[in-house]
Formats: sequence, structure tokens, C-alpha cells
Amino acid sequence: MGKFKRQFLAGPYLVWIIGFILLPVLMILYYALTNSGGNFTLANVLAIGAPIHRKALFLSLKLAFLCTAICLVLSYPLAMVLNNLRNKYQNLIVFIFILPMWMNFMLRILAWKMLLSNNGVINTVLGFFGIPSLDILNTPTAVVFCMVYDFLPFMILPIYNSMARIGRDVIEAAKDLGAGNPAVFFKIILPLTLSGVVSGIIMVFVPALTSFAISDLLGGGKVLLIGNVIEQAFMQEYNWNLGSGLSIVLMIFVIASMALMSAHDKEGGGAGVW
Amino acid sequence: MVRKTAERIYLGVIFLFLYLPILVLIVLSFNDSKSRVVWGGFTLKWYQRLFQSSVILEAFSTTIFITLASALLATVLGTLAALGIHAMKAKKQAVMLGATNIPLLNADIVTGLSMMLLFVRFTKLGMSTVLIAHITFNIPYVILNVLPRLRQCSQNAYEAALDLGATPFYAFYKILWPQIRPGVFSGALMAMTMSLDDFSVTYFTKGAGINTLSTMIYTEMRKGIIPEMYALSTILFFLALVLLLIMNFGSARKEKLAKEQI
Repeated sequence: MGKFKRQFLAGPYLVWIIGFILLPVLMILYYALTNSGGNFTLANVLAIGAPIHRKALFLSLKLAFLCTAICLVLSYPLAMVLNNLRNKYQNLIVFIFILPMWMNFMLRILAWKMLLSNNGVINTVLGFFGIPSLDILNTPTAVVFCMVYDFLPFMILPIYNSMARIGRDVIEAAKDLGAGNPAVFFKIILPLTLSGVVSGIIMVFVPALTSFAISDLLGGGKVLLIGNVIEQAFMQEYNWNLGSGLSIVLMIFVIASMALMSAHDKEGGGAGVW
Repeated sequence: MVRKTAERIYLGVIFLFLYLPILVLIVLSFNDSKSRVVWGGFTLKWYQRLFQSSVILEAFSTTIFITLASALLATVLGTLAALGIHAMKAKKQAVMLGATNIPLLNADIVTGLSMMLLFVRFTKLGMSTVLIAHITFNIPYVILNVLPRLRQCSQNAYEAALDLGATPFYAFYKILWPQIRPGVFSGALMAMTMSLDDFSVTYFTKGAGINTLSTMIYTEMRKGIIPEMYALSTILFFLALVLLLIMNFGSARKEKLAKEQI
């Protein structure tokens, strides 16, 4: 009896799921699979094959891969260094590395836009040393720079957390049994942090693939990612059917990348960031 | 020794990468010249203008309202939902948790757009649609924080209390609540963080004339960068610093949080 009644506590949430999770998904599917007259069509989804859309999708994938790879290469050694600190300031230092994540996402973009602009700080410093100025604002390079800056903490945290979980005794046991540093790394540290790496990759790759604000603000309209194409279809061309169709394609890529990654992750630690 | 130095240098380089942009923003917020590279003397005028700008102040209060309201409602709904889901059989649980995963896995832009499609069909975009959207993407974080706590709770003590004549509510308050409380709080905290930082979902579900800080900065930045934004960045950075310090190093919660992060 008690158990049966307690289930009803989830009632309001069930209503919420139906109204605000499932219904919106059905709406976007409906728009994706119909034309403006309401008739069934696959044209909106297949529109991804149009050269301009395909180009945007490939550029998005390329930049997202690049951003994820850079974040991984920067974060893994950083997590190891942080984990090895083992002194009374360790908590404080880890805190320092996640603090920027708490500053508004838009303001972090603002900071880079200001730094990279032609009369900005970076070019002035370069000019002072007689180095030719970097003209990277409004290029994909600037977008990747800012993505790495924005998403780096999402890679650092899960890797650091999975590393902090490894017991000292496990590593000491391995060393007692004659394992050298490389063996300890490849046989113990790497396998045990793999789930953190997988969460980190998902946490960075998905926002990098789907973001439109960074490319919009730092690309100066010249860097067209798939997110920008979708946003423009909705907000400028008012072609909701096309926008929905492309969104579905984007979702397929997101789900595929997650499935691919979590196939390697036995713990399924998708939300294990904290 | 060499290794230690290399480690320190590496930490330093990443530290500079993370903090130099913020430092430059802070310095420029006190600069009496509109230029980004010339120091024109110390001034507080950007802060004065910031507090005179109704656009910025309105966006600030909207952000605070949406963050607190959506986190509160999501925490209530999510905690109730977790209690209910916990009592369900495995099959029903799987269905509920599957649906819970949708907003978590979905790209922000798709979540925002699909909700917009729903809202414009049945109502007008405005403050309430933003609030609903934020609650929707916040609830999963609460459930995912509370449910593991519930699973760790022993059912025996709760049932014993019922057998001894406690009402379900009293038994919940005395036995389950103390055990799930840390999960509820960390869920609420995560909900607030997500809500505070959200741009995409707000952008698509807000009506004309309503702005949170994120969407306001986005609109302003498309026109150009005004120095008031540097002042705003500085204030928000120190606000985040103080809040995080209180949460992380507040004496009683410190150990609990540390445990949860591991």
C-alpha cells in the first residue's frame, strides 16, 4: 500500500514529462517531417545534403573534434599534476581551475572577442615586440580558441575526479610488485580514468558541435556552423520546417557520438561530472 | 626536481590561459579611456553607468528571479519525482529515467527550439515560458542527485517507523529527509548553476523585451562592446568567487561537498 501511494509523488513530474519533454519532441518531429502545407515530406531532413548545409555540418564536426582533442591534451596532464599535488592547498588549487566555469558563458566569449580584436591587447603586445599582428578574429581559429576556453573545465573536472578516486594503495601495490612508472600509468591510471575521459569528451564535444553563439560572435558571420544554419532558419528565414529537419539531423549526430563513446564506458558515467 | 618544475610551469601556463582574459576585463573596467590598450587613468564611471542602465539592471533581476524560481520549483518537483520513482518497479523506473535523460542528452539548441515550437502554438512567449523551460532542464539534475541517495537509504528504518505508528510524513521527515538532504541541496545548486549559465534555451523561449544577462550580453555584443560590460564582468566574477568560497569552504558543508565531488 505504502509503496503504491508513494509512486503518486512522481505524478506531477509525469505530467511535466508529457507536457514539456515529450510534446516538444513530437512537435519538432512533426515540423521536420512536414512541409509548410502540413503534408508529409523528407525534404527538410534531406536538406542536409545541400552544399551549404553539408559544408556547415563538416565544419562543425571538424571544429568540435579539434576542440575536444585540444581540451583532452591540455586536461589530462593537468589532472595528473593536480592529483599529484597532495598538499594542503590542493583543494584551493582545484577550486581555482574550476572557478572560470562559474563566470557567465557570454562574458567569457566577450573576453576573447576583446582580446583578439585588431586593436586588442594580444595584437598590441605582438606589435610591441615587432611581431606581425594575428588576424584571427572572424576565422575558425578564433572560434576554436574560444570553445577551448569555454569548455576546458568540463574536461578537467571529470578526469580529475576519476583520478582522485584511485587509491594510493593500488598504485603502491603495483610498485611493490615491480611495476615501473610506464606500467603503472598504462595498466592502472589510464584504464581507471577512462570513464572520466569519456564523460569529458561528451561534455565538450556535444556543446562544441551544437553551439551557435560562439561562432556567431567571434566568426563575424563568416564562420557558419550547423547551429548557425538552424538558428538562422528559425529566427531569420522563419522556415521552421527546414530548421526542425536540420535539428533532427544534428540530434542524430549527437546521439551517435554519445553511443559511440559510452560503448567504451562500462560505468556509464555520463553525469559524473560532480 | 626537474619534473616538479615542469609541473609547476604547466600549471602556471594553464592558469594564465584561464585567468588572463578575466584579468584584462577587470583592468579595463577601471580604465578611463574607451581604448582597449591605452590606460587613461583610474575611474569608476563604467560602474556608475552600469547602475544607471535600466537594460542591464532589468536583465540582472530577471536572471536572479528565473534562477531562484526555476531551481526552487525544479527541486520540489524533482525531489517528489525521485521519491515516487524510487518506489516504482524496475520497468516503470526505466521509462521515467529514460524520459528524464532526454533534456540532459539533447543539445541545448534543440531543447530550446522544440519548446519554442510548443509554446508559440499554445501561448505567447514571455517570462513564464522561460521559467517553464528552465524548470524542464533543471529537474533531471535534481533527480540524478536525489535518487542515488534514496537508493543508499535503508528501507528498514522507514518501515519500522511506520510499524511503530509514525505517519508517512513524519517517518519521511525524521528518517528519509536527513539522508537525502545533501543530494537535494547539491541538486538545487546544480540547477541554479545551469540556469544561471544558460543561453540557448532562454534565447529561443523568451519573448521580445525579456532578457536574462546571457541574452542581454549577446544582443549588446552584436552591436559592439561597451565598457559597461567590463564592469559587469568584474562584478559577476567576484560574485561567483564569493559564492563558491562560501559553498566550498563553509565549515560544515565542506566535507560533504568534498565527498560528493569524489
